[in-house]
Amino acid sequence: MTTTAGPPVLAVTSAGKRFAGVTALEDVSIDLYAGSVHALVGENGAGKSTLIKVITGVHPLDTGQVRLRGEEVSFASPRAAQQAGIATIYQEVHLAPQLSVARNFFLGREPTRFGSLDLRRMNREAQAELEKYGILADVRRPLAELGLGVQQMVAIARAVSADASVVIMDEPTSSLEPREVDRLLDVVALLKSQGVAIVYVSHRLDEVFRACDMITVLRDGRLVSTGPTAELTRRQLIARMLGRDAGELSEGNLTRLNSRREVADAEPVLRAEHLNRRLVLEDVSVVVRPGEVVGLAGLLGSGRSETVKALFGALPLDSGAVEVAGRPLRRQTPASRIRERVAMLPEDRKAEGIIPGMSIRDNIGLAALPQLTRGGLVSRKKVDDIVQTFMKRLRIKATNSNQKVSELSGGNQQKVLLARLLCLNPRVLLLDEPTRGIDVGAKAEVQALITELAEKGMAVVLISSELEEVVEGSDTVVVLRDGAQLGQLVGSDISEDTIMDMIAEAASDEAPAVAS
Amino acid sequence: MTATEIEPRADWRSRLPDGPAASTWLREHGVYVALLLLVLYNVVATANFVTLDTLQLLFSQLPPVIIVSLGMALVIGTGGVDLSVGTTMAIASAVLAKMVIAPSQGGFGASITVAMIAAVLAGLAVGVFNGVVIAVARVQPIVATLGVLVAGRGIALVITGGALIELFVPFFKEVRLGKLFGVPYVMIVAGVLALIISFLVRRSAFGYRLLAIGGNRRASVLAGLPVKRTLITVYALSGTLAAVAGVIATARLRASDPSYIGVLFELSAITAVVVGGTALTGGRVRILGTVAGAVLIQLLETTLVSHNAPDSVARIVEALIIIAAVWIQRTSRRNR
Repeated sequence: MTTTAGPPVLAVTSAGKRFAGVTALEDVSIDLYAGSVHALVGENGAGKSTLIKVITGVHPLDTGQVRLRGEEVSFASPRAAQQAGIATIYQEVHLAPQLSVARNFFLGREPTRFGSLDLRRMNREAQAELEKYGILADVRRPLAELGLGVQQMVAIARAVSADASVVIMDEPTSSLEPREVDRLLDVVALLKSQGVAIVYVSHRLDEVFRACDMITVLRDGRLVSTGPTAELTRRQLIARMLGRDAGELSEGNLTRLNSRREVADAEPVLRAEHLNRRLVLEDVSVVVRPGEVVGLAGLLGSGRSETVKALFGALPLDSGAVEVAGRPLRRQTPASRIRERVAMLPEDRKAEGIIPGMSIRDNIGLAALPQLTRGGLVSRKKVDDIVQTFMKRLRIKATNSNQKVSELSGGNQQKVLLARLLCLNPRVLLLDEPTRGIDVGAKAEVQALITELAEKGMAVVLISSELEEVVEGSDTVVVLRDGAQLGQLVGSDISEDTIMDMIAEAASDEAPAVAS
Repeated sequence: MTATEIEPRADWRSRLPDGPAASTWLREHGVYVALLLLVLYNVVATANFVTLDTLQLLFSQLPPVIIVSLGMALVIGTGGVDLSVGTTMAIASAVLAKMVIAPSQGGFGASITVAMIAAVLAGLAVGVFNGVVIAVARVQPIVATLGVLVAGRGIALVITGGALIELFVPFFKEVRLGKLFGVPYVMIVAGVLALIISFLVRRSAFGYRLLAIGGNRRASVLAGLPVKRTLITVYALSGTLAAVAGVIATARLRASDPSYIGVLFELSAITAVVVGGTALTGGRVRILGTVAGAVLIQLLETTLVSHNAPDSVARIVEALIIIAAVWIQRTSRRNR
């Protein structure tokens, strides 16, 4: 196989695609070369997913063509694309979690012996293949027992071992820990050295700059630019993705950096003490005052989401007490918290947040239903008023409030969920990954909103897997590891270095976690 | 760049860019089209179809199916299913008989009003039981209600002492034959119930919650909705409506026969609901569609009977319709 240069393995020429009259892709061309990593970036709704889907046969093209090694192709299904050597790795692992790692590795092309599965051969070969990618797991164990990152890599190894010459990765790192990201990028480098053409879709710009040779920027379904990574600065890239002036962007960042406030010594509005839950939380205490942003820092699995869930009553506790405005709450249910105007934005927008079949309007009104209802009937006028107010305030982009929420981009869905919470006029806002998986523009808007709400006296608890976001946005940071509290940082003590030091120090005290 | 030519491709999907839209239309309106086709077929092919008698017969058969289907639509809207409706009808019928017959025959000799109230309360009790098992004990709806499906008819037989009880109640004649402006009372009852349920789904907080739970239960819990209370209410309504249908069926039969009343009603109701465009996965309820679906199922049976097809054929056709309806739902959800 050749590496770099030469004719492209896969070439898309002036691709166009419309859905129900809406242009999803217009005149987009992209060339993929063997042994080259090509980043595909853009805000949500830029057309990245559509481009991937027309390449892999999920949607047929309206105009333009796809050429694989010079020959025009039009795959009737993702399976046909796979057989032609185009493998797609999605952010959710599309494998069978209950089957063993080896069986997943061979899924759909299992070796047989006398008409039955040759398990020994499968285990042996899977183990050997996976070792090449640094996966040292016991291949006889169910896939579900592995970490998400390792599952992701099994999926990649599986795809590549099935003779893929093109590997498309759609946000492969969005749910991975930093350590896992490193390993994934090692695998990407390995594939690259084997002459595979790689498409890498990611919101995380450092990964893009670290791993990719070429960057293609899409915006509103059109090609903005395509070229070598070396010719772009980070600032330029962000500007191209947003279609904004680079200067304006940096200005926005500066204001946020300077907006750290002194929190008055007000009475805490939320006080949670000695929260315990076997194997999940160990003596975690959180106190939040009006106008204060408390960040929860820690790695994935450190108990930060569980802490927020416990504060919200969505996690049963073995012991511990939660007080809102000085009143102890006996019932550990979300409904009891909402009555006390404590609201939570869940981590998993799709599974725990939106009601996909419902309209924007109905999704926004959901939590505040009791306030919008009289005599058992929902007041249309009240709902309309509140929905209009928040759609305007949060700048939710939609044709109208009756549009289905599932048709919106991730950023706008997140804003719908925030609107749902703000309808409650909450005293405490618990935000679990408010900016995950949303585009740069919406992210800045959400961050600004959090700051604004805190300035108006709301108490906020913030979780983000981006340390920078926690550091910049919080007045107090609680550092967690393995479900236990490592300590608390206030004001000028908060920095990425201090937090990482705390986590690293705690880690060295004990045997390192088994890296599957 | 070469000039782009829009050539037709071999891929049929590219020529049907609105494929999902078309099947969404079919999902929402298919039941009306099917109903229209069936009526047209009957007008052409069935002797004496276009007579007042046929309409009267249909009107007298329809109410129980419609009423049961209304409750089923709510249950399916939450993403559940209620397999116990048929046996709930039998239980209500048995309770009605037990209440109304004379003490000398082992009954309570109660007035028909009291007996009917008791029958409906029995249905409510079955529904609440289902709801508690499903919402609180978190047993899957299909399993929980299957239990009642299996046990219910036995309970009904125990109540009636294992036999068919003939009932001579003057009021039943009213139920069978009474009309207002030519429309049978029972049909009016079914219509009013349909309107009430439709209103609940569209306008009430209860309907809103029901659809949210069906759409995403976890998200509904986290939005602070009273999920358990809502689910129990939904199953309680389903049980109550089934009991009302059981009373009507008893009046038509002039007897309580636990091994006949409500048999396979769960199947007809599920068919009516699904054919009418309600999503089996929950989150979307179509009441008018459900009523049309019930009419479709009943008319289909009538058609087959009038063409001398055995009852078993009707069940096969019903099953095929369910499969087709679910298939349409699936295709319209693709690419979403």
